[in-house]
Amino acid sequence: MKELLIILFSAILVDNFVLSRFLGICPFLGVSKNVKTAMGMSMAVIVVMVFASALTWPVQNFILYPRNLGYLQTGVFIVIIASLVQIIETFLKKSIPALYRSLGIFLPLITTNCAVLGVTILNVDNQYTFVQSISHAAGAGLGFMLALFLFSGVRTKVDRADVPKFMKGLPITLVSAGLVSISFFGFKGLIEKLFS
Amino acid sequence: MAPKKRSLSYEFSKGLVRENPVLRLLLGTCPTLAVTTSTKNGIGMGLAATFVLLGSNLIISLLRKSIPDKVRIPAFITVIAGFVSIVQMLMQAYLPELNKSLGIFIPLITVNCIILARAEMFASKNAVLPSVVDGLGMGVGFTAALFLMGAIREILGNGTFLDIPLPALQAGGWIDPMIIMILPPGGFFVFGILIALANKLSEQLDKKKDTGVKDPLVDECVGAINEASACALCGACSVGTKFRETHGFKDETDDAAQDQKGDKS
Repeated sequence: MKELLIILFSAILVDNFVLSRFLGICPFLGVSKNVKTAMGMSMAVIVVMVFASALTWPVQNFILYPRNLGYLQTGVFIVIIASLVQIIETFLKKSIPALYRSLGIFLPLITTNCAVLGVTILNVDNQYTFVQSISHAAGAGLGFMLALFLFSGVRTKVDRADVPKFMKGLPITLVSAGLVSISFFGFKGLIEKLFS
Repeated sequence: MAPKKRSLSYEFSKGLVRENPVLRLLLGTCPTLAVTTSTKNGIGMGLAATFVLLGSNLIISLLRKSIPDKVRIPAFITVIAGFVSIVQMLMQAYLPELNKSLGIFIPLITVNCIILARAEMFASKNAVLPSVVDGLGMGVGFTAALFLMGAIREILGNGTFLDIPLPALQAGGWIDPMIIMILPPGGFFVFGILIALANKLSEQLDKKKDTGVKDPLVDECVGAINEASACALCGACSVGTKFRETHGFKDETDDAAQDQKGDKS
């Protein structure tokens, strides 16, 4: 249990997917303009990450490894993620239209979100067990949500600030993302202290 | 659909500056920020992505008439994943050290928006030769941008260039190395400043000469970026929008766009 919590919290705070691993930067910059869309996107990412990890783990450990097909990993995983996203989309459209309206537009974009493929590959690289993989995926998703939530707050402030013309827009956004990323250094020693 | 006839040198050179994938179109930001902790890593990543771009542009342009429109994105991704696996295996065999330091970002070339965007915007509509040249130009532009980022971060953060120590920038020299530059925040800082400079430069270049030949898609894309809107959303301007249209998302997207506009005012 302790181990699972360590994996969960280090994925959220210490090895934050966006701010220290640089995965999922595109949606981080693209949808952090207001808190509502940021939350919608993060919810979609969390769901897809957890399901993708749950699906890719058995495929990797029961099909690819025993048959020495490790080199097919990238291709197989991306196909699994793409079809998973399609299935979730169809399912939501048919059975929960209200949720579909709020998350629907984000789902197709998740296929090309490197954070999702990244989390499944990291599960394999770190040789996590099934439960550890799920916990890692949940942590990664929550970390993504935390970063997006904090940053959408920063961004509404920055958008109103008076900055030099050539720094307007993306450049100043990136520099402020750097500052938010520095603030996450504060969590570096947290995990060891918390669980020791 | 019929593309205008343009010279091959134009297709090659546009990727270098005017439509530089990283600094102008803002595609593939994740590897740009993550692997540029040293010059060597930057070049390695750039060359790996260039190889994949060349291969996928070649194959997709050959198959452009036989891929059904509805399933083209999955088809493109599968082709790209194949080339990424080739690169992965080659690097494991011949460049194990570089492979280790690039780590997860080699398999992640599969979802690099530059490659998918070129497949969607160019290779699926053009003949083989221009597609290959376009891939080469974009790849070189990507490599150049990564080299620039890597060089700046390595020189300032580590006091070395291509692992050769620069005495003036070592501890005790003129300025001490700034570790922050090779840590994640440094990536954001350098990238932000480089984009600002690129915007400034291209503004001046545009004033000097009007090239005349303009790609409407790219103009749309650059315009969207200047608003710092969702274009960064993995080529939302090309891949995303069309993808959503074909899937019947039009209304929601418009709503979202209006939301964003309302937010701005």
